[in-house]
Amino acid sequence: MVEVHKKIDGIVFRIFSPKQTVDSAAVKIITPELYDKEGYPVDGGLIDTRLGVIDPGLRCKTCGGKLKECSGHFGYIELARPIVHIKFVKQILDLLRSTCKFCNRILIPEEHIGKYVSMLQKVGDEEGFEARRKKIKTIVNKYKLKEKCPHCDKKQGKIKIEKPYSFYEDDVRLSPIEVRVRLEKIEDDDLEIFGFNPAMLRPEWMILTVLTIPPVTMRPSITLESGERSEDDLTHKLGDVVRINQRLFENINAGAPEVIIEDLWDLLQYHVTTYFDNEISQIPPARHRGGQILKTLTNRIKSKEGRIRHNLAGKRTNFSARTVISPDPMLSVNEVGVPMKMATNLTVPKRVTEWNIVYLKKFVENGPKKYPGANYIIRPDGKRKAITDETKEEILEEFDTGFVVERHLMDGDIALFNRQPSLHRMSMMCHKIKVLPGKTLRLNPLVCAPYNADFDGDEMNLHIPQTEEARAEAEILMLVQTQIISPRYGLSIVGCIQDAITGNFLITGEESIPREEAIDLLYLAGVDDFSKLPDKKIISGRELFSVLLPKDFNFTGKDKSGDAVKIVNGELKSGLMDKANLGQESGLMLRNIYEQYGPEFTADLLGKISKLGINTLLKKGFSVGIGDVDLMAETKKEIENVVVVAEEKIDALIKESKEGTLELLPGLNMQETLELRIMEVLNNIRNEAGDIAMKEAKESGVLTMAKSGARGNILNISQMTAVVGQQSLRGKRIEKGFKGRTLSYFKRGDLSSGARGFIKNNFKSGLLPHEFFFGAMLGRDSLMDTALRTPKSGYLYRRLSNAMQDLKVEYDSTVREANKKIVQFSFGEDGLDVSKTEGGVINVKKIIEKVK
Amino acid sequence: MGKTFNVEAHHLVPKHTKLSDAETKKLFEKYNITSKELPKILDTDPVIESLGAKAGDVIKVNRASETAGETVYYREVVDE
Repeated sequence: MVEVHKKIDGIVFRIFSPKQTVDSAAVKIITPELYDKEGYPVDGGLIDTRLGVIDPGLRCKTCGGKLKECSGHFGYIELARPIVHIKFVKQILDLLRSTCKFCNRILIPEEHIGKYVSMLQKVGDEEGFEARRKKIKTIVNKYKLKEKCPHCDKKQGKIKIEKPYSFYEDDVRLSPIEVRVRLEKIEDDDLEIFGFNPAMLRPEWMILTVLTIPPVTMRPSITLESGERSEDDLTHKLGDVVRINQRLFENINAGAPEVIIEDLWDLLQYHVTTYFDNEISQIPPARHRGGQILKTLTNRIKSKEGRIRHNLAGKRTNFSARTVISPDPMLSVNEVGVPMKMATNLTVPKRVTEWNIVYLKKFVENGPKKYPGANYIIRPDGKRKAITDETKEEILEEFDTGFVVERHLMDGDIALFNRQPSLHRMSMMCHKIKVLPGKTLRLNPLVCAPYNADFDGDEMNLHIPQTEEARAEAEILMLVQTQIISPRYGLSIVGCIQDAITGNFLITGEESIPREEAIDLLYLAGVDDFSKLPDKKIISGRELFSVLLPKDFNFTGKDKSGDAVKIVNGELKSGLMDKANLGQESGLMLRNIYEQYGPEFTADLLGKISKLGINTLLKKGFSVGIGDVDLMAETKKEIENVVVVAEEKIDALIKESKEGTLELLPGLNMQETLELRIMEVLNNIRNEAGDIAMKEAKESGVLTMAKSGARGNILNISQMTAVVGQQSLRGKRIEKGFKGRTLSYFKRGDLSSGARGFIKNNFKSGLLPHEFFFGAMLGRDSLMDTALRTPKSGYLYRRLSNAMQDLKVEYDSTVREANKKIVQFSFGEDGLDVSKTEGGVINVKKIIEKVK
Repeated sequence: MGKTFNVEAHHLVPKHTKLSDAETKKLFEKYNITSKELPKILDTDPVIESLGAKAGDVIKVNRASETAGETVYYREVVDE
């Protein structure tokens, strides 16, 4: 354990005084030279060995520590002339403007000073530091433009600043020396009104007379492959400062003309300024010889790539992996397929005991290349050693209990799987690892919904918990099977999708299946106990499906078509298995099974049901063709007729409105009435035509999908077979485009259906150019809508979740925030955990039934 | 206008009642709190003015709730 020498009680930010700078420095830097002829660091140079060590093996000349032991020591340079610290220019300007040119008192009448001091005190105590700062600003701004000093009654000059760091008083330049003299003369008592604490700092320290040199450890030089040394940007910049500073010293001592000294002084000011901040807008940034802009102090801290947001707030983690995902329906929903490459790179630490030493030794013997092996061992003294061909023998020799082996991932290991954006708790779930060939992470398509994942190139992250506690917590609380029921509406969020639904829909509708085929299907679904299968030659689909259900399961519900689904004692008596009961976010069947038989059983059952569906389709064959959307000639005629009748109706309406005989609807004028009436007629066309088309619809793949709810709906089908229908923007017929018309193809003022976005063709017969254009308008509109809405709602959600992140339900059932203030007296006002209810309500009847 | 408007009778205003000292004490004991942890309500709120409650009083609010039918909130009257 590291002994605690000092405990941090608080942190004070203030300005280093020149004395402190010199006192805390280990070296005075006097030469811009870095190395001597032999290639050793020069004494008094910028990489003086007293500033710390950056080479392994060397010892620090100041403290005697080695490379990671010594954190480095500061140095200083004495500046030949004072330099304005660029980061304090604003404060210096405020002070100059608000103090008297002659007596250096603050430009506030004596009688008011006391008042302001006590007011600041009060504001500071009551509203906090930030409010006090604001108050200071208003006070200072109020007085800084006074023309006469209230103390000595003398006229004040106008202080101007020429950015970034030159001060002028009535167009005469104030040198940093003059500025410093003025700051020195400001009385301690006056400083307090500016918000300065004179016990901590003096304003003249904002004009530098000595410059701190940071230790070499924060600006390490790198040795290139060629053996050449390359210095850090900061060292380069400091080199410039030291060089110009020396030149300035020499010139002053030699009594050079004032012009030359001024020039050098300005140059020194430039170098010191860019050393602090290389992004000052009025001055050109300092560059490398190659033209690359130097990264100096401010650049290191500021912005997204800076120390704060990148290194401190942005954390990265080991034992994690990321790659493209792809589906694998043969995996359990609890599993994740991990490519071999990842499995040999990611590791799990295993402690060697006398019971597993033989077992774990094998991993070390296999080494990092042979699977399953190990990459590192950790000795009891905490030293980490990589297992390589060279070190393997040595490691095996000393291998004993107490060692920790970081072995490769194996089937059944615990991992956390995550897809961004992590919007709800199901965005990061625990999976059990299954090592597979290939290069993608594999997941069961049933868990796409909670992650909101698809396989068009989505990537996901995998994390390997490294301690027993973490693994236990992940497995018990976060395993996929524990997350099947969504806390949002209390229904299953993991459920069958697409082909799994279609397959079950078809198989449960089947009346006669030969026993052999039934057993084959069940076996493929993962069933090996066929005792529940009736002892008959011919088996019905419902009987087949019932094999999967537990013997004491009872359920009554409805399927998608509205027919009753009845399960009595684990036997499906009536109804079809479709989206209403198997699908995601729908139906109580999965929820009831979860409630009755627990997460493990449900996950297993889901896997079996989906596999049964998929294999049914595999055996039966399932496809979709253009013939599925064909209609008979008479039906086509009938639909055409509907359209013609409607168009005639519309023409009649238009005519009526022109003649003024159209009966007005309440609250609407002629135009609005006409629009409404036309819309009414048009909306009916699609429904009517759809109904006619569906009447004739024969069994087809497309229809099966729509009926089972796997994909598509009746509207989609009627758009393909009958009429696409009216395209409307914001609830109105299309009216955009040209003056008085939608496209130049139409006559002005044409209000007929076709000219305002009605598509009377269907997708099979093909669209006319103008119809296609109307469709494209709608498509573009919805595309823009989603593109604009997604970031907006994302930000809204972020604000909400940040505001509510530490609300918590306490043991007394109240919802409280971090300060334990009550937000709600009962969670959700009803105190219910939605995931434990049936869609937010408790089924009291069922509970009574159970208790009886 | 004649009669003044009675806020408490309005159908959108939930029922507010002032707790007695004993009830307040009981409430604080039940949740192990002081008035600091309670939600607040201004003494200038029309209902509070109509009730005649003073700063420091605890008000019981019976509100209609979408999830629970009716729900009870307690709020402390504060000035300013």
